[in-house]
Amino acid sequence: MPKVKMPRKSTLIDMTAMCDVAFLLLTFFMLATKFKPDEPVAVVTPSSINTQLLPDADVILLTVDKDGRVFFSMDGQPKRKQLIEDLNTNFKLGLEEKEIKSFMIGSSVGTDFKNLKQVLNLTADQRKNGNVEKGIPMDSTNNELAIWIEYARAAQGNNNKLKYCIKADNETPYPVIKRVLDTFKEKKIQKLNLVTNLESKPAGSAAALYEEQQQDKH
Amino acid sequence: MAEMDTSSSGGGKKKHGVTKSKKLSTRVDMTPMVDLGFLLITFFMLTTTMSKPKTMDLIMPKDTEKEEEQNKVKESTALTILLGKKDQVYYYAGLAQDPNASSNPDFFKATTFANTGGIRDIIIQKRDEVARLRNHKGEPEDVVVIIKADDGATYENFVDLLDEMAINRIQRYATVDISDQDKQWIKATETSNGIQ
Repeated sequence: MPKVKMPRKSTLIDMTAMCDVAFLLLTFFMLATKFKPDEPVAVVTPSSINTQLLPDADVILLTVDKDGRVFFSMDGQPKRKQLIEDLNTNFKLGLEEKEIKSFMIGSSVGTDFKNLKQVLNLTADQRKNGNVEKGIPMDSTNNELAIWIEYARAAQGNNNKLKYCIKADNETPYPVIKRVLDTFKEKKIQKLNLVTNLESKPAGSAAALYEEQQQDKH
Repeated sequence: MAEMDTSSSGGGKKKHGVTKSKKLSTRVDMTPMVDLGFLLITFFMLTTTMSKPKTMDLIMPKDTEKEEEQNKVKESTALTILLGKKDQVYYYAGLAQDPNASSNPDFFKATTFANTGGIRDIIIQKRDEVARLRNHKGEPEDVVVIIKADDGATYENFVDLLDEMAINRIQRYATVDISDQDKQWIKATETSNGIQ
């Protein structure tokens, strides 16, 4: 009997569909990713069980690094432009078009008004490595941080949704934080947000039990 | 569509003496392209989900000068927690308004942020103890935690303690300036515990 020859099937698979899916996902993730501008300071935030997200818009963010230097940043380029122009005219900072643009597109600044012009002329790398920014002064005699907060609030148009966030390093000494909190208090701002990382709720704690109860209800 | 047409591979064979030009397949091998695509997907997936910071609400009390606007805290429902250097936590029951309070050697105690046997257990113990008390309306009392941070404390300690309030669902707590008396007690305890 002659042997029945089985037709040999090719092992090649058509990958067009797979490729389509891969690139669709790739496009999605590329568009969804937002690269943050290069921060002049690195900060390791503490963790908490809070799950509330840090909003992307309507935020005034104060970054405090482990040496206690305070940096200011805010969202929205038009609002940043408004802020720096107001400061420029009212405090005679002598900033020119180039420095205003540098502030507008940059991230945080942490220097006193005197050196602001010089700092804004540097590149991001120089600012990161040169250690030129000594933090915004907030002594009771020369509280520039309060001025920043006041002008930023005005530039945000006294928005109700505006959030005041403090992002500080684990190692930041408490007296510095207290000065920042007191500055907010002087400005009659009571509701603040502290930026933290997420950690899980300890098993059996009141918060974990409460969450379970809430889930059972639904 | 799904398979390569293997039978056409011999397309260049001579048939009936006529030379047929070889038909090239238009299919491209997409394996490297898919590889690259998935590599990039992995990269973007990891970078996006990694850093999404969370926030914690902190509501500061208003400074009021007027006596009648201030909330009075009962000695029996209060727990004062002090933050010292080297991640040390000190605590005592009540507000220490009684100047003789420190005469009791068990009054001022030290602990840590450890998950068991640390400050969390102290808070839970005090909370349950206070919940058994009744106010003049016969309702259970709420514990009030007073947080005072010494100059040696770090931001991490402060956030950790606020987090303990959230973990144990303590509704009433306040951050208060540290008094000189508290500083003295911390200093004395540090010396006796050998903390530099």
